[in-house]
Amino acid sequence: MGLISAGATIFDNGVLNHGKMTFIKKLTASSSANLTFVDGASSVVLDGTFKEYMFTFKNIHPASNNVSFQVNFRDGSTAYDAPKIATFFDAFHQENGSDSGLRYDAGGNTFDAPGTGVQVLNYNMGAENDGNLGGYLTLVNPASTTFQKMYSSSINYQYLNTYSIKTHADGYCNTAAAIDGVQFTFSSGAIAAGDICLYGISG
Amino acid sequence: MAVISNTTTIIDAGAISPATAGSMNLIKSITASSSGTITFTHGDNGVIFDGTYDVYVFKFINLHPQNENVDFHFQVDTGTNSNFNQPIVSGATIPYHNEADNASGLDYGTDMSQVGTAFQGLLDNASPTGNDSNGGGSLTFYSPSSDTFVKLFAAQMFGQGHGDYFAAYKTSGYVNTATALTKVRFKYAGGNIDSGEIKLYGVKG
Repeated sequence: MGLISAGATIFDNGVLNHGKMTFIKKLTASSSANLTFVDGASSVVLDGTFKEYMFTFKNIHPASNNVSFQVNFRDGSTAYDAPKIATFFDAFHQENGSDSGLRYDAGGNTFDAPGTGVQVLNYNMGAENDGNLGGYLTLVNPASTTFQKMYSSSINYQYLNTYSIKTHADGYCNTAAAIDGVQFTFSSGAIAAGDICLYGISG
Repeated sequence: MAVISNTTTIIDAGAISPATAGSMNLIKSITASSSGTITFTHGDNGVIFDGTYDVYVFKFINLHPQNENVDFHFQVDTGTNSNFNQPIVSGATIPYHNEADNASGLDYGTDMSQVGTAFQGLLDNASPTGNDSNGGGSLTFYSPSSDTFVKLFAAQMFGQGHGDYFAAYKTSGYVNTATALTKVRFKYAGGNIDSGEIKLYGVKG
């Protein structure tokens, strides 16, 4: 049953037609080599349905020590290799209080100029039992076939059991091709645990 | 047809009542088409910008300027005023990196920081170079209808500027008035907003 008011469809086919933040998909890691969201697979929506998508990270925990959490995007093939240009900076504070600051961090050109490689979202993450990361990544209008695809992430985590670090990785996929898949990995080893949720921002 | 439950209007005139909808609700979407300005005014054309929500979020999708190297910025006003010259105190951090990969860094955004009544920068030197260049992001206002507090705002913007540079613009500040805000205006410093969308959401607390 649908409901139409003043010519506007309020709900139909079990879907409420209203601007909002809509939960799409949750993937839970369990010693997973990667967590991958592909439009049309396993109920994932990553197309022109929404103009903005948000991934949230909760208690992401690596299997290996001293690793980076990273993302890549696919732009027309099955490979996750969309060309990117980015910026990366972080605020840091050591647990013993002896060191803190704000810095632009190119990571030897790997953090801010990934090319078709992965976009690093954090670095030197430890695998101690209580270590984890949290944050988000937004992706604007990935289905556009005109514009570059802007993305922006912010992550909090513990650096090798010694620092609290807040990273900001922002950039764009320098392609007019649509992005229809997003893949998260660690630089080495599996994603031992944690949730990634995908939301669409409608309107 | 309207749906009214226990005297509360749930649905009317083709829209779900903001009071009964979800936690983050679309209020208004405006699409630019060679637009000189885009203004959201409480009470006009279905715009809500009052105490209905504690938090309001503007989202910018694929903004594209008409002119080269222009700033995208905003101002606000109160009551029925339309001068858009409220006092603002703001600061900005800007990480940047060019496509040639020979310049990158993190700057304090002096050009986007002010103590004054000018339009507040959100994107610096936005460029229409290449049909694919664009800017986007979000701008959040906290309790803009408060008649007690200054009006805090925080923007997280990103885009291509200064030619083939990517930059993220993280700007925050406050409108230094205790008077309720009723309207927000967006424009480029020169030329039109060639294309793009600006969406206003209300977030329930």
